[in-house]
Amino acid sequence: MPGDEKLPVRSSHDIVVVRQVVRTWAVEIGFNLVEQTKIVTAASELARNTIDHGGGGTVRLQSLSYGGRAGLRLTFEDKGPGIPDLNLALKDGYTTAGGLGLGLSGAKRLSNEFDIESRPGEGTRVTITRWK
Amino acid sequence: MERIPILKMNEFLLVSIQVDMHDRLAMTLQDDLTHRIVRDRARGVLIDISSLEIVDSFIGRMIGNIAAMSRVLDAETVVVGMRPAVAITLVELGLSLPGVRTSLSVDKGMELLRASLRGGNGNGHLDARR
Repeated sequence: MPGDEKLPVRSSHDIVVVRQVVRTWAVEIGFNLVEQTKIVTAASELARNTIDHGGGGTVRLQSLSYGGRAGLRLTFEDKGPGIPDLNLALKDGYTTAGGLGLGLSGAKRLSNEFDIESRPGEGTRVTITRWK
Repeated sequence: MERIPILKMNEFLLVSIQVDMHDRLAMTLQDDLTHRIVRDRARGVLIDISSLEIVDSFIGRMIGNIAAMSRVLDAETVVVGMRPAVAITLVELGLSLPGVRTSLSVDKGMELLRASLRGGNGNGHLDARR
């Protein structure tokens, strides 16, 4: 099983590829169907954010094993303008791109662990982890 | 250009989404359906999503838009066949598809559309437009 992989997140087609690769990894890790669906959906939201807000970037996939538990970690990184107010960006319904404003908050709810770092002018890194 | 086929059956339009849609394809479907409702004088739209493995906020928004646009154009939309794992994820994501009518199967969805055409809206509510 692959343990570490990086994919480009630049186009609408890349979002589809990210969904498919994350699905394959989730199946290999042994996630059940609902867990697979949650992490794939979260990945889709964050990939779109990377493009719409960050001007494109990458996602890193890592399979984890901790105390006998398997997990999947996804790290989305861009070198875009960054997020000036993280609390606001994490609020349900807050949007600057004309969407539903559920991308970040939804991805957080669909994950077991969520971390976001952003510096204005330097970019944004969002990390989500789901454990089996 | 890649397109999702729209079938006409009497006064209804039928769509079965069988591919993992990229965002542009979803937007094209939304536009195509809106035009076809007018061109074919359709009174109902049935969208089968039983092949969709995920519905994220983008696709959810597209489904909501199609339902809203068809309502404005005097047609009803029903979404059928959502997988249980998709439903669970959608609600946790924060999306409850307000204003979108759903059925578990194509048969039940067609029943709902026919009932709404007969005057009621199938849910026991009065339909203010007719």
